Amino acid sequence: MPLDMPSKEILVIGVNHKTAPVEVRERLALNQMENPPIKLFWELPSVREVVFLSTCNRVEVIAGVKDYSSARDEIIDIWTKVAQVPTENFLKSTYTYKGEEAIRHVFRVASSLDSMVVGEPQILGQLKSAYRTAHELGCSGQILNKLMHKAFSVAKKIRTETRIASQAVSISYAAVELAKKIFGDLSGKSAMLIGAGEMAELAAQHLITNGISELKVANRTLERAIELSKTLGGEAISLAEVEDALIDVDIVISSTGAPGFVVKKEQIQKIMRPRRHRLLFFIDIAVPRDVDPEINDIENCYVFDIDELKEVVEENKAERQKEAVKAERIIDSEIIKFKSWLSSLDIVPVIRGLQEKAESIRKKELTKTLKNLKNLDEKELKAIEKLTQSLVSKILHDPIIFLKKGNSENKEEALVMISKIFSLNGINEMQETSKKQSHSCEDTEKKASTNEQL
Amino acid sequence: MTEFLLHLTLIAYILATAGFLVNLITLRKDVERFATYFLLAGLFIHTLSILLRWISTGHPPIVSFHEVFSFLAWALCLAFLLFQMGHKLKALGAFISPIITLVTVLSVIQPKKILPLPPVLQSYWLPIHASISLISYALLTMSFCISIMYLIQERQIKKKRLGAIFKRLPSLQTLDTMAEKCLKIGFPFLTLGIITGSIWAEKAWGAYWSWDPKETWSLITWLLYAALLHQRLTVGWRGKRSAYMTIIGFLALLFTFIGVTYFLPGAHSYAS
Repeated sequence: MPLDMPSKEILVIGVNHKTAPVEVRERLALNQMENPPIKLFWELPSVREVVFLSTCNRVEVIAGVKDYSSARDEIIDIWTKVAQVPTENFLKSTYTYKGEEAIRHVFRVASSLDSMVVGEPQILGQLKSAYRTAHELGCSGQILNKLMHKAFSVAKKIRTETRIASQAVSISYAAVELAKKIFGDLSGKSAMLIGAGEMAELAAQHLITNGISELKVANRTLERAIELSKTLGGEAISLAEVEDALIDVDIVISSTGAPGFVVKKEQIQKIMRPRRHRLLFFIDIAVPRDVDPEINDIENCYVFDIDELKEVVEENKAERQKEAVKAERIIDSEIIKFKSWLSSLDIVPVIRGLQEKAESIRKKELTKTLKNLKNLDEKELKAIEKLTQSLVSKILHDPIIFLKKGNSENKEEALVMISKIFSLNGINEMQETSKKQSHSCEDTEKKASTNEQL
Repeated sequence: MTEFLLHLTLIAYILATAGFLVNLITLRKDVERFATYFLLAGLFIHTLSILLRWISTGHPPIVSFHEVFSFLAWALCLAFLLFQMGHKLKALGAFISPIITLVTVLSVIQPKKILPLPPVLQSYWLPIHASISLISYALLTMSFCISIMYLIQERQIKKKRLGAIFKRLPSLQTLDTMAEKCLKIGFPFLTLGIITGSIWAEKAWGAYWSWDPKETWSLITWLLYAALLHQRLTVGWRGKRSAYMTIIGFLALLFTFIGVTYFLPGAHSYAS
């Protein structure tokens, strides 16, 4: 075959939280290596481009390869050797995707559809930094650059067009989301913790990152209150001061181990007027409950207990699953776009080959003819030049249009046919030069590292 | 021509309303943008239609019911667009645009004959009094809409129904603040409308205040809004109570605006 195209095959080999236990994932992450582990794969003969993604839930090699099976063997061989994982074990816990499936996998990972908690946003940042490393080391090329950028934009599209990440799936986060629906902007608002449990601390932390400006911590043992208020940057108060503090705060997170209600209805009825009827939001995560649920009946007071928050979280999880279906649809359509870009890559060298061949014939024949025609003036010379040019472009017009517009099914066939008809042989060489170019990136990188040593 | 432009306006408003409703259901941002463009286009054509009417009648077109409704829809649309430029209160469009459309429909179905202006109405106080009053109506309608949104959202949170409605409406505090804002701008306009009306009454009929039904009802409306603002500013009334009060005030306003003319005719009726 005159065409050598396999450089654009995409291969993914990896493990995630579903396929391998943490011990295996740790080993495969190759953290102990001196050099960045990506270099290991980059140096393999069948690998043209590579990105190495390693997070606490997954380790993956994403590669642009010449030939699937040899690249796969090479990667597995070196990976098992360096990570010291028996090949049998490795094969059992890894997955391998190629071509369209590999593209789909990368898109799904980027949009957090393959994550432990679907919709969790961290993975996109991790993928971005893995790509950045690959790019800086010159390990990524035309194919993976495009694949990664496409994956990032797909992830963004899914984020904005579906509600996959808009729902809180933890109790403390759900509480903050509710607070936002009551108060809008949380900046300038103040919160109080009654009881200094772990979950209350987590919720308080969420509130602080969302811009809350004041925090009070009340606890049975004042020491613990002081300790926690120090770590969170708040003010410690005693339980006796809670009633007065209720006049000022907007959000109350209660989590004491007290058997009865810590906040009573009469107390709140009394303080609403001095509060000037400002909204008051109780998050009661204690069992048994700390806040009298009847307080919810008081105007401008809202009480949510742990069961109600759990319900919100469960609903949101179900909602995420539904949104995931929508996201898969978006991915399907993006894969089609990416594949058509990939196949357009084949066309470019063929078109260029066609044009170059025609141009060289034109020039050769033109000089031959002009040798015999000696008494031509400037104008006539130009006219002949123009004539040959337009002949070439008119003849090539239709085959080029055919290549560009031909449907994807018989595109490969058409490419082969056209290069056979015109006996275009220079295409292999052209692709080789492109590989050389990408290797020269590595050279500059090497130079950079020697500079560092100096 | 005026009529054709008004029909064109109505079509733009209907399309905008449809857009806002679709946006409310699907949350698609591009649909919301198109809806806003339709509203802007509607406002532009509407302005032309009012100006043309002014030229053909020879007096400011705020005399007959047809003209008054048209002007009110125009003011409402303008007020909403200006408000959205500053605050971008989500889902408000889906509540306001149906009202804009409805008022425009009311204008379209009224008789459009140009009547000679009675001599008492021929004064420069006419455009001043009428336009100020109608602008206050527009602003108070906005605060009514936002209060309705507040009550819906408040109910969702109190009953712990955190579904689709809850997710689509803005936060309680935002709604409360915005309703107050409209109230605080609308109320001075209402006051000014009553004052200019009374000055005009003195010029036309010789008395500042003659307890005509329209005057009585506008005073009642004014007192309701004044009480609400007073409670908000001194005692710190807010939320549900304030929203209910806004709605009561608006109902009184509605009666002053339309009801009085139909049920309690007096010197103040619109020309029809």
